[in-house]
Parts: sequence; structure tokens; C-alpha cells
Amino acid sequence: MTTVARYWRETPRRYNLGGCRCPTCRTVFFPPRSVCPACVTHRRSFGKMEPFQLSGDGEVFSYSIVHDAAEGFEMQVPYVLALVKTPEGPTLTGQVVDVAPDQIRIGLRVHATFRKLREEGRAGVIHYGYKFAPVSEPLAGTGTAESASPAQAPGERGRVRA
Amino acid sequence: MREVAILGVGMTRFGELWDSSFREIGIQAGLSALVDSKLSSQDLNALYLGNMASGTLLEQEHIAPLLMDYAGLAGHHLPAIRIEAGGASGAVALHQGYLAVASGKYDFVVVGGAEKMTDVPDVAANRILGGTADQEWESVFGATLPGLWALMARRHMHDFGTTREQLASVPVQAHEMASKNPNAHYRNKITLEQVLHAGPVAEPLGVFDCAPLSDGAAAVVLGPAERARKFTDIPVRIAASEMATDTLALQHRSSITRLDATVVAAKRAFAHAGKSPKDVQVAEIHDAYSISALLALEDLGFETKGHAGAAFADGTYGIGGRTTVNPSGGLKAQGQPFGAVGVAQVVELVRQLRGLSEARQVAGATLALSHDVGGTGATSVVHLLERMN
Repeated sequence: MTTVARYWRETPRRYNLGGCRCPTCRTVFFPPRSVCPACVTHRRSFGKMEPFQLSGDGEVFSYSIVHDAAEGFEMQVPYVLALVKTPEGPTLTGQVVDVAPDQIRIGLRVHATFRKLREEGRAGVIHYGYKFAPVSEPLAGTGTAESASPAQAPGERGRVRA
Repeated sequence: MREVAILGVGMTRFGELWDSSFREIGIQAGLSALVDSKLSSQDLNALYLGNMASGTLLEQEHIAPLLMDYAGLAGHHLPAIRIEAGGASGAVALHQGYLAVASGKYDFVVVGGAEKMTDVPDVAANRILGGTADQEWESVFGATLPGLWALMARRHMHDFGTTREQLASVPVQAHEMASKNPNAHYRNKITLEQVLHAGPVAEPLGVFDCAPLSDGAAAVVLGPAERARKFTDIPVRIAASEMATDTLALQHRSSITRLDATVVAAKRAFAHAGKSPKDVQVAEIHDAYSISALLALEDLGFETKGHAGAAFADGTYGIGGRTTVNPSGGLKAQGQPFGAVGVAQVVELVRQLRGLSEARQVAGATLALSHDVGGTGATSVVHLLERMN
């Protein structure tokens, strides 16, 4: 059991994907950092990093279907854990939801979505934050299975619960 | 800096040691290493103790003086230092003990590693070891330690064509080796089919791809190399002791199919010793997950990137191969008491270099390598050990 403050202080990041950018080299970071590790003059960036809002867009860089859940995630198994690479630069760790496990793949386009993550028992803190859901890709008119969005045609069996 | 030698080694059996307490296994390993070295307790200068999580696993902090006390040495009022670096705690403790003797500050130190993991339920132990990853930006989003290693495995398969069967060959060899190790947690042999059909933990990794949670302790006695022969018949020199670090969270790495901390630690170690991977006859490497062993072989320089899977599945690293990997059974089958692992690897290698490993002896071994990793690779430690002639 932890205090509310530990989770409350991270809400701008976990609810709204608020990252930061180095004013010198323009590299974007998420979560925000106090100093730029990419910059040769990194000490000069200390205290000067600028807020930067991620778009929520991304694509799956790698994934795993988790069966042995993290504590608080037992009711969600099996769930898809992924590294999501954003166009702004940072890679984020999170679940991919609204996708059948057999339709998850490296390269899948996703967008961040605000969800409940877990709760600390009946009386504890409820954690909210980002997960990722597949982006509906425009149908190319070829009618191939590849072009259909997994979000539009998930099988009920084996569907990952959000 | 003066040369440092290992004068004595000792360890407990690894496994679910329900009838033994933390303090019992800790002193059993430490005292057996002292006895093995012929060093008098009067000559001891300090204890370095690797331990990951006694505070959460046992609700007991301040364990270095505790073990000194129960070893009967409280009256000596010696320095006793606990070191934490996730699963690499024991290896980092060895690095610190090495530095202390090399610097001349201390002459004789015991380096121990101990972890008691079965005094809490599995769920709690898994949560605690998840703390070696980033709690705020990985664990809170549902990432488990096996889940994070699975992300590395999946990408390795995607980028290099590594197969599920190649991954599965790692635990099969580990159990084969451990079947000859009386200290091992698991001495049963397993088949490739069993690994492939075991229950999934975090796909593509299944139950047999993951090392167990074990209780256990290991210890070594260090001293100046020039005085080593007074305390042991076959001293082993620490030819290199190097550690490196990286970002805590996997998501911040420049690559997830390469552990840069291992690459850097290995390069420093081989450069320091003037050796290369082809000089190593026996190695104990980090195989907490099947993918961990393949990454290690590539990052340590035994294989070029992407080729470890095929090489391992071909038996390149078994007994009789160019380099024998994990003759103890590794973390997978000898067992994984987190803070003890890095020290236990060195105990195995010293026995190999002394030629005392019986059924699992690597013939004619003179140079050995140990490699231990914390978390998903935020800490990596490489030691090179050489038999002194």
C-alpha cells in the first residue's frame, strides 16, 4: 500500500502523456527528465527542459502476451504488453488493448487511450493511465485481411480485456 | 593496484530451503569459504555482502552486521557492507571486495551473496523482483520481469530469425548440466518438447524458459595474490573485475536486442586482462531467461549479433565445446537466489579451475568468465578468473 501522493504527482504524465524537450538539441523525452542525456552540453539543460506533449501515436516495436500477471493485473490475463515507439522519439511501455492476441504484431499502428490500470484492493488507490489501442487503418479496397483493423473484427474468444 | 586472488570458496545447496533461515544459510556459505581457505578469522578485515531484497523479502535490513554476528565475529567489530544491484548484487559485492584488496586498504575479505526468497509467497517474491525494473514507468503499466525479457526475445526473433526451438535449447542444456551438480535446485533432465509445451509465462517465454526463485548463499575469500599460496594449494587470480550500467528501464535503451552494459563490461574486462573470448574455456553467464543467455553470448563477444541461437542449439557451448557455458546448471537449473548468484558463479568457476568439478569438469580449464546481470540489464558485471601456476 502506498500513499496517494506517489500516484497523484505523476498524473500529468500518465493521464496526458506530458513529456519534455531539450531546448538545445530538441530531443524529446518521456517521462520528462531534469537533464538531457542526449546533449553533449547536458549540464546546461538542467532546469531548462521544456514541457512537450506527445501525440499518443505510435507503433508496436515489440510485444509479449503476458499470462503470469503483475500484481493487480491478474483479472486481465492474458494481456498484451508492448514497447510502443512514438513518432516524437520516445518509446513507451504499456498494454495494447482491444486486440486479439493473434492479431498483435510488430509494426501495428496504435494510439494511446486513457484506461484504468489496476487498483490496490477494495480500499486502495485506483491507478489510471495510458494503454494503447490499434488505429483503424483506412481500407485499401483490396479486401485483404491485413488491411482490416483488428479493432473492427476481434474474435470474442481470446479477446484481451481492457 | 595489486593482484587479487581467491583463496577459498563455499556455498549452500540452492533450492527451497524451508528448514533454514537467512542467517543460517549466510553463515554456512561464509564459514565454509573460510575453512576452504585456511585463513584464520583473526586475519579477516571485512565482509562484502550481496543481497537484493532482504528488506522486502524478510522485512530485515542491516544484514551485513547480522551475518557477522551469527558467524561469531561480532566481537571483531569489522566493517560489514551490504551491496544491492538487483540480480547482480553478488557480482557487484565481488567487484567491491576486489577493489578493497587491490587498493591495499584490506588484505583479506569475505565476499558473500545470500538471498532467502521462499519466506514470502511467489506472488510477493515476483512483485519484489519486479522492483529491479522501473516501478513508475514499467511495472505500473503491467510489465513483469519475464514480460520485459520476452519483449527482448520477440524482437531478437523478429530481427535475427532466432527460433522458439533455439531459445528452448538453453534450459535443456542447463538441466543436463545441473543433473551432475549436487547443489542444484533442479537435477532433473528436461526435453525440448517439454520446454516448448510448458505453460506460457510471457510469450514467447514459457515456464521452462525462466529461472526459479531459490534460497541460497555463496561466499569467496579474497586476498593478495602474492600471499595466496599460504592459504590455498591452487589459487585463482582475478584477472579482471569490471561492471557497467545502463538505463533502468528497457524503453530507454538504444537497442533491446543488445545489453550495452554487458558489451562495455566485457570489453573492459578483456582489455584489462589482455585476453579475448576465444581464450575462455569455461563461463558462467546470466541465463535468468533463455533469451538472456543468447544475448549474453553475443554481447560478451562469443558470437556475432544474431547468431547465438543457432550456435547454442548446435551444442557449441556444451561440455567438450570450445567454451563450456554454465556447467553448474546456471541460474535456470542450479537456481536463482538473486543476491547469491554472482558469487555462486565464481564458486563454480574456481572449482572448475582447480579441477575439482568431478562429473561436470571442463578438462584443462585455465581461464574462466563470469557474467551477471541486474534487472533487464541496468547493471552488468564481468569477471575473468585465471588459475595461478
